[in-house]
Amino acid sequence: MIKKTPSSRKTEVTDSGYDARQAPVNAKLGRDEKIEFFRDMLRIRRFEERCLRSYQGGKIGGFLHLYIGQESVAVGCVSVMGGDDHIITAYRDHGHGLAVGMGMNEMMAENYGKYTGCSKGKGGSMHYFDPSRHYWGGHGIVGGQVPLGTGIAYALKYKGIKGACLTFMGDGAVNQGAVHESYNLAALWDLPVVYIIENNGYSMGTSQERSSAGESLAGRAAGYGMNWSIVENGHDVYEVRDKVSKALKLAHDQCKPSVLEIRTYRYRGHSVADPDSTYRDKSEIEEYKSTKDPIMLYQNALVAEGVLTDEIIKKIDDSARAEAETSAQFAEQSPYPTLEDIKKDVYWEVDNPQDKKSVGNLFFD
Amino acid sequence: MPVITYREALRHAMDEELNRDPNVVIMGEEVGQFHGAYKVTEGLLAKYGPKRIVDTPISEAGFLGMGIGSAMLGLRPVMELMFFSFYSVAFDQIFNNAANIRYMSGGLINCPIVIRGPANGGTNVGATHSHTPESIAAYHPGIKVVVPSTPYDAKGLLKSAIRDNDPVMFMENTILYGEMGEVPTEEYLVPLGSAKVMREGKDISIIGHGRAIQMALKSADMLKEKHNINAEVVDLRSIRPLDEATILASVKKTNRVLLVEEAKPFCSVSAMLACIIQEKAFDYLDAPIRRVTSMDAPAIYSPPLEKEQLPTPQKIFDAALAVLK
Ligand SMILES: Cc1ncc(C[n+]2csc(CCOP(=O)(O)OP(=O)(O)O)c2C)c(N)n1
Ligand SMILES: [Mg+2]
Repeated sequence: MIKKTPSSRKTEVTDSGYDARQAPVNAKLGRDEKIEFFRDMLRIRRFEERCLRSYQGGKIGGFLHLYIGQESVAVGCVSVMGGDDHIITAYRDHGHGLAVGMGMNEMMAENYGKYTGCSKGKGGSMHYFDPSRHYWGGHGIVGGQVPLGTGIAYALKYKGIKGACLTFMGDGAVNQGAVHESYNLAALWDLPVVYIIENNGYSMGTSQERSSAGESLAGRAAGYGMNWSIVENGHDVYEVRDKVSKALKLAHDQCKPSVLEIRTYRYRGHSVADPDSTYRDKSEIEEYKSTKDPIMLYQNALVAEGVLTDEIIKKIDDSARAEAETSAQFAEQSPYPTLEDIKKDVYWEVDNPQDKKSVGNLFFD
Repeated sequence: MPVITYREALRHAMDEELNRDPNVVIMGEEVGQFHGAYKVTEGLLAKYGPKRIVDTPISEAGFLGMGIGSAMLGLRPVMELMFFSFYSVAFDQIFNNAANIRYMSGGLINCPIVIRGPANGGTNVGATHSHTPESIAAYHPGIKVVVPSTPYDAKGLLKSAIRDNDPVMFMENTILYGEMGEVPTEEYLVPLGSAKVMREGKDISIIGHGRAIQMALKSADMLKEKHNINAEVVDLRSIRPLDEATILASVKKTNRVLLVEEAKPFCSVSAMLACIIQEKAFDYLDAPIRRVTSMDAPAIYSPPLEKEQLPTPQKIFDAALAVLK
């Protein structure tokens, strides 16, 4: 339910008896689609568990920000995107990558810094891109992608394309000035953008209460006259689908931006090497895992519905694990970029000498 | 003398200055409750409390600008950037406000702020997190730039930076945080603007700053061992103010110069040094000045390639031989 210029209440008042399963986008779902959502979430989890092993084995450098616990968000959001919609996010970008259809091989190889990676080993885990699937990254600077998502929406509108840009950020990113400047531009010029705050409760070791003033993160949209809404149960892929599809419709039909805050949770440390003990209790993680794990809950629901059986679950899980394992082998066996590759992909002209129009030196080694 | 890490040396500097001057405050993302992303500020919250050790939201332009404003009213904020790379989010605050406020007010206002954090490559965190903006910062009159390469200097320079009445950008290095070195227990300061001859030699001057100095020292050992060459290694320690006297004295002694740094080559600190040396000691040079810098491209993620993109002791060794040929 999208709400117009709301009061400053912490959460949206939803009709009692709201049942996301009955929402039009969900009521019409067939068996295969439901299994697909389940498979996609499980593939994200198994992929990331395999990444973690590789990281611990020293195969992956730098940071590794795992999405484990948040799978329903990327899968739910992407599942309602249309052919002209686009997506951009921050550095916790593996889930969105798999959800849009990137392959585990190119993703794992990127993590290993191999030439076969989606960014040829140049960007690493935080910087996945696949413009062919309308996925514009993978961005390491907190909040930095938010003006970009706004610009993609601007270009869509300019070109007369009836699409929108899902622009993701974390609960910590909402305090960057660039986010607020983007909100204003989007609202001022009616841009087809859906800002999605993946609120997992923490920015690194800082809880929402310790970093953000005001009662609601999404509610800040009201100051810009923008529509906003909260997905209380971000672990429920159906609720995510329902609310995101409404926000997308607003963007498509009326060219209006909106802000959606999706409540979710991350299980691992901020980046896997980060300590996890200064800001939350283990019991908090265990509690969430045992009561709100998005994959477990969806699995239970589909079993109860008769869509999934133990046998099908096992088959899907085995194949997700095998796919992840294969991606690690692929990454392992792939070559690294060469020294010459370091100097490629810096300038268009250098990579496309037939188009070179400028004169003079571009490099100074 | 106690042997401590570069990280501990920085912490001791802040601890002593917090203790000495009630106007010193520490601010930044995760500096308090989380003990610092790189544990530099560990324990300070417990000792000084949340009034003086302040966890900020992720809003670099806002909190750095706030630090600058508070410095105008006499606080001495020591602002941590989790990665120095994030300085660019606050570019306007630093280079329009901090750098210019004294000038534009005709000297009525000054800005005793320290902006510190790690500015280095080599940790596979990709182009956005691997900036080394010494020359960009030092370009701006009004700003001071300090780059310690040892625990001793980290402590002595940070204490001086905190007491300095101008804005100081203090660039550390995540790879050096664990390096050990002797640091006296009694109080000392290292003045900004004094370079240090880390190793004396007569054949060639290797001049640079930051982690490149640690590499240069290794290269100097290799030069001695393999070719009986005595290289002099000069650590700038601070980029602005710059100790021209020590640089020129070394050049005049060895007559050959190799400049090293981790930053990219264009408009870099070494480019500026080459200019100064040819202006002021041209007649003393027996060979063209050479440089070893990072390869001129954004920082690549791929771990083995990033190593190659940056200076290495071997590259410095090879370049030194080329200067001496
Ligand atoms: C401009 C900037 N400041 C700080 C950081 C360091 N940093 C990376 S992620 C992060 C926390 C962000 O939290 P949130 O927005 O909630 O996203 P989450 O990690 O929870 O997905 C911080 C402080 C950064 N990458 N960029
Ligand atoms: Mg968060």
